Amino acid sequence: MTLMQLEIQIIAILVSLACVIPGIFLVLKKQAMMSDAISHSILLGIVIAFIFTKDLLSPFLVVGAALSGLLVVFLVQIIKKTGLLKEDTSIGLVFPLFFSIAVVIISLKFANVHLDVDAVLLGEIAFAPLDRMKIFGIDIGAKSIYTTGLNLIINITFLLVFFKELKITTFDPGLSYSLGFSPVLLNYLLMGDVSFTAVASFDAVGSVLVVALMIAPPATAYLITDDLGKTILWSFVFGTAIALSGYWIARILDVNIAGTMAAVAGLLFIEVFIQAPKKGLISKIKNRKKLKLKFYATMMIVHISHHLGSQEYNEECAAGKIFSHLGWEKAYTTKIIKILIQNNYLEKKDDILYLTEKGRNFAEISMIDGKIDRQVLNNEIITVS
Amino acid sequence: MSILEFLHNVIFNYTIRNVTLGAFGLGAFAGILGVFAVLRKQSLLGDAVSHSTLPGVAVAFLLIGYKNYVIFTIGAIIAGLISMAFFTLIINNTRIKSDSALGLSLSIFFGMGLVITDFIKKLPGQAKGGLESYILGQAATIVQEDVIGIFGFGIFSLIILLIFWKEFKLFSFDKDFCASKGFNSKILESMLTTIIVIAIVIGLSNVGVILMAALIVAPATAARQWTNHLSLMAILAGLFGGLSGIIGAYVSSTYSKIPTGPTIVVAISVIVFISIIFAPNRGLLFRWLKTFKNKRRILVDTVLIDLLEYAQGHENKFAHSAPVSVLKIMTHGEVGVKKSLKALEKNGMVKKLPNNEWKLTKKGFITAEKLEVLGNKRKNSQKTGEK
Repeated sequence: MTLMQLEIQIIAILVSLACVIPGIFLVLKKQAMMSDAISHSILLGIVIAFIFTKDLLSPFLVVGAALSGLLVVFLVQIIKKTGLLKEDTSIGLVFPLFFSIAVVIISLKFANVHLDVDAVLLGEIAFAPLDRMKIFGIDIGAKSIYTTGLNLIINITFLLVFFKELKITTFDPGLSYSLGFSPVLLNYLLMGDVSFTAVASFDAVGSVLVVALMIAPPATAYLITDDLGKTILWSFVFGTAIALSGYWIARILDVNIAGTMAAVAGLLFIEVFIQAPKKGLISKIKNRKKLKLKFYATMMIVHISHHLGSQEYNEECAAGKIFSHLGWEKAYTTKIIKILIQNNYLEKKDDILYLTEKGRNFAEISMIDGKIDRQVLNNEIITVS
Repeated sequence: MSILEFLHNVIFNYTIRNVTLGAFGLGAFAGILGVFAVLRKQSLLGDAVSHSTLPGVAVAFLLIGYKNYVIFTIGAIIAGLISMAFFTLIINNTRIKSDSALGLSLSIFFGMGLVITDFIKKLPGQAKGGLESYILGQAATIVQEDVIGIFGFGIFSLIILLIFWKEFKLFSFDKDFCASKGFNSKILESMLTTIIVIAIVIGLSNVGVILMAALIVAPATAARQWTNHLSLMAILAGLFGGLSGIIGAYVSSTYSKIPTGPTIVVAISVIVFISIIFAPNRGLLFRWLKTFKNKRRILVDTVLIDLLEYAQGHENKFAHSAPVSVLKIMTHGEVGVKKSLKALEKNGMVKKLPNNEWKLTKKGFITAEKLEVLGNKRKNSQKTGEK
């Protein structure tokens, strides 16, 4: 592994960790698309700053970019406050306008300057180490390491200093008002941080992928935990994993690194989405099946005990006919009967179903109290199915 | 270029005609379809779908090996539909909300697209560059086939909309009620999403990602300010979108340096801001005027009651008059006491005495007493309400 490869990986990790911090709160506050709006509107700030500085390397370009991000947030809030439009609608109005004005200015004034629209949208992290940081002529590493590292330090400081406030304003803005924090002020601080982070990251990964890095790790973490602290930790883990595996897969396939990072983020999300222990798709489907089974089993026991001692018992509770009285599918009914017999709730004599002692007790509990002894049935059915 | 010259060019100049017609058609059709996206609170659908089409274009190129815009369009539509399915799957099965789900599908699909296009660039062979430009778009290159495509699909989607108008309307406003009435809301939803996705993709190659995002949201939003009727809203959205398309074409054909797409966005944004401010009933100006008028009326009533109370506090209440300064103190320093007195004088409620003091007339007494009784009643009912 050469020094350059190492540097690219360090930058990738720094960028993804820096993006994750504000991203967590964007996802939790249901403002994820704000990252998209801010990262697209950066172009206008750069263009306007360039009008004044005439220098593509000037630090004021970054300042302009961050300010235009904040301006977008401000405008969206103002429009939202009129009560005429929803937040997503105002986002959808403001950022295309900013982007378009930027493109118009570029084509009017700087058609010959290398101020490329594609470069803002796409970005290429592989070139990041080419720009070196030098002190007194001595090379001390890639410039991006310092900019993204500084960004990460600022974001971590922001998180540590305002952790309590961020937590309260995110989950209960009303409470934070009554405790004396202004959710509005904190929202602007957060958006300022998003804006700053987007600016610091976009020339490494491009503005669309800033969105991926801000949203995907927290959204993935949100699928597996309910705890804010754990969400942050998991997001860091996912962010690092995305950066490293993205880099190596891109290297093997010889393709765009940032794009691969986004694709890996997507795969990771899908994997967790399907397999997460409690909220995953598979466990949800299993749960649904289990609930259905439990419900049907209880209904059958109640049905049999309801007809206990009546004249039509042999007709109502025949193993081959009970499905038509309950109005169920035949195959599923047979399965329920099998499970209940295996668990000693029912017994079958001459194709007629009878409740066992245990079955009668269960029916009594569930009918008299209207409450089902879920624990017992649950455990047993789990062991069978 | 003057307007007349522009019209002349629209008829006789091949390029300007195509750009104008194309921009008009895109604006109008996307505007109409956008109404349903905005009403269903999916304003950013255009943004998400248009970014997500890149892998579709890239895979289409990988499969056929050369540039063919028809195949690209099909690939893009499929990718857009898959990303929407992904989006729906997430919001239906997790607690992740639609904003994060949109951001996820947008950025992930775009990332995958980048990977595949980059992969294609490194394959041996010729003419592979510029796949991204398919979705970044260039309105100035609209040719006659594009115009035919835009209008062909536009009219087709309008016919579908008209046929299923009632169903779409019901579905957009109340999904559950629609399902309870026996309509299959899943089919309706996929139909609507499919039409919108196709519209976005068709616009995409001509005007680009960002503009398509704006063309879905902006015309519908502007139209929403002027009316509460769905059909009128759709017509207005079509008009606004079409108008901004024509403005974009006009400006860009007049000043050759200005690109069409961004100009359309600026034009439609101006229309939106005008609508937000000036629309009747909902508009900001209208609401501001209404508040102002209400404040004035309340102040007039207050001054009248103050005069009554002041007079009641003195022995001969019918002969008693009050100076303006006292009234000002009684209204807690509100501005406009004098104006209110003048307004009352016009209605014959008060009279100005030679010593510059004001006095209630008989009519004024009756009205003020009525107001006071009303006010007391309201106060009492509020009190009982609180209990």
